[in-house]
Amino acid sequence: MSTATVWLVPDQDSTYSHGPFRLFVSDVLVLTKRSIARIRREPETLADVTVMPVIFILMFAYVFGGAIRLPGSGSYHEYLIGGMLGMGLAQTAPGVAVALVTDMSTGLVDRFRSLPMSRWAVLVARSIAELLTQMISAVIIACVGLAIGWRVHTNVADVAAAFALALLFGYAFTWVGVWFGMVLRSPEAAQQLGFIVFLPLTFISSAFVPTQGMPGWLQPVANWNPMSALAAASRHLFGNPNPAATVPSWPVQHPELAVIFWSAGMLAIFAPLAVAMYRRRAA
Amino acid sequence: MGESPAIEADGLVKQYGKTKALAGLDLSVPAGTVYGLLGPNGAGKTTAVRVFATLLRPDQGRARVLGDDVVTQAPAVRRSIGLTGQYAALDEYLTGRSNLVMIGQLSRLTVTAARRRADELLERFELTEAATRPVKTYSGGMRRRLDLAASLIGRPRVLFLDEPTTGLDPNARAMMWDIVRGLAADGTTLLLTTQYLDEADQLAGRIAVIDDGQVIAEGTPDELKSSVGGEHMEVTLAAGADVEAAMAALKPLAQGAIAPDEGGLQLSVPVVVRAGLTTEMVRALDGAGVSVTDVVVRRASLDDVFFALTGHGAVAESEVAA
Repeated sequence: MSTATVWLVPDQDSTYSHGPFRLFVSDVLVLTKRSIARIRREPETLADVTVMPVIFILMFAYVFGGAIRLPGSGSYHEYLIGGMLGMGLAQTAPGVAVALVTDMSTGLVDRFRSLPMSRWAVLVARSIAELLTQMISAVIIACVGLAIGWRVHTNVADVAAAFALALLFGYAFTWVGVWFGMVLRSPEAAQQLGFIVFLPLTFISSAFVPTQGMPGWLQPVANWNPMSALAAASRHLFGNPNPAATVPSWPVQHPELAVIFWSAGMLAIFAPLAVAMYRRRAA
Repeated sequence: MGESPAIEADGLVKQYGKTKALAGLDLSVPAGTVYGLLGPNGAGKTTAVRVFATLLRPDQGRARVLGDDVVTQAPAVRRSIGLTGQYAALDEYLTGRSNLVMIGQLSRLTVTAARRRADELLERFELTEAATRPVKTYSGGMRRRLDLAASLIGRPRVLFLDEPTTGLDPNARAMMWDIVRGLAADGTTLLLTTQYLDEADQLAGRIAVIDDGQVIAEGTPDELKSSVGGEHMEVTLAAGADVEAAMAALKPLAQGAIAPDEGGLQLSVPVVVRAGLTTEMVRALDGAGVSVTDVVVRRASLDDVFFALTGHGAVAESEVAA
């Protein structure tokens, strides 16, 4: 009845076994390719990192911007891009959570966990695919910025440092998203993260408005918000207006260091937690 | 036999809060057989499979697959197993072929080998034409086939099939059965969970009936049937007949509990067959005002085994709609 015999003949030549590191690298590559294939097939899934920042830039530059007065002098259009970079890269985190919750709930992650593959690979691959989309997002933000009159007034090294910090910051937020993906049970709940967590995080910061205009009790919160640190660091490194420079608060006085500390801190907390939950989680 | 079993469980316990999903499950599955794990929803079948597939740590007890402990030697276990769960565990946005190649590579095949084998399996499972379409365009039956293909790509020696035909139409179901028989003929050890008694009867060489996280009976389908023994009268009532009245009328003639089927129009009445019994039954039903379409004598089926062992049908009432 069946001609199945061919498919179970041991085929030792075509399998391979390497040390754990080679295994990890090859699994990460396979799974990263999977995420990229998905994007190529359905580019509209990139809307949150491509179209959204454009809308925000145009809205703030031409709608709200006129009503926002920067302490000191300077162009709001130049001020805007440093903040947008932080928001654009951090706000990919809810998408990561949605993707992981979906993989968990469809049983795909169960399949991965039953395969002889590296334990870390699923999460690390997701974070790398996300880093690639964040790079696209950064390029789009810079291009739209240039179109609305944003300019850099420093050198190549400073600009490169600004983008490197922004990507480090975005990568750290990806792991916050990964952790949420392990904690939450439904893609719908993960979808809400954008509004419940990331929107307030962005707006209670110097990303779009100087913190000087906020009520006294809110100012420390905004100044210690990692989003403010990234905005200040970018503005500083681009040579853009940076009113935060006059605020006597450690993170905004040392924005580059603050971004590194915040990012390292988030990675150190959320990456191991997410991996531990991934290993233990029984859906 | 002498040969060590392919799958072994020894006193497995897994507790979720106050519910014991597994309450001391013992199992021994000989290599190269199709073994059926039969039980209603919530009996612990899926939990057991998840323990064997290294997805879940048991609270107590131990399990081994081909001699490797599922907890302490999990990587070795993962190299020899394949798992097909209740949901098609696939990437919806990738094509069927990309899914297989991806799982193949993650199962430690080289790219070339993964591609070759993906094409073999696509052809074998009649998916070649759909191979370049994203999985989200597939029908339920096609997804299941692709899912099974994915679990075979690494040539597992032990395959777990968790309710492989739940929700499939009869054609797709028949195709899955064919595939399972083909795999068994190749010498793969298959552990198949099902809540369909006919499926276990058709496919499995041995069956363990589980309920409330424990094995309550074990043996070949024939052994299980003869352990219940006795003959049955299968009474088919006319549409719209009063089932309660029919059961009441037949009760004095039955040798045990009368089991109605899911639709309620067929009653399975345990009896000792003797001359005149059929006539008596028809008269009793007639006297109760119940019309009958058919009355036949039947040997025990696995349905009867299940009913006799658990006191309830194979499909829990709340699950019928699911």
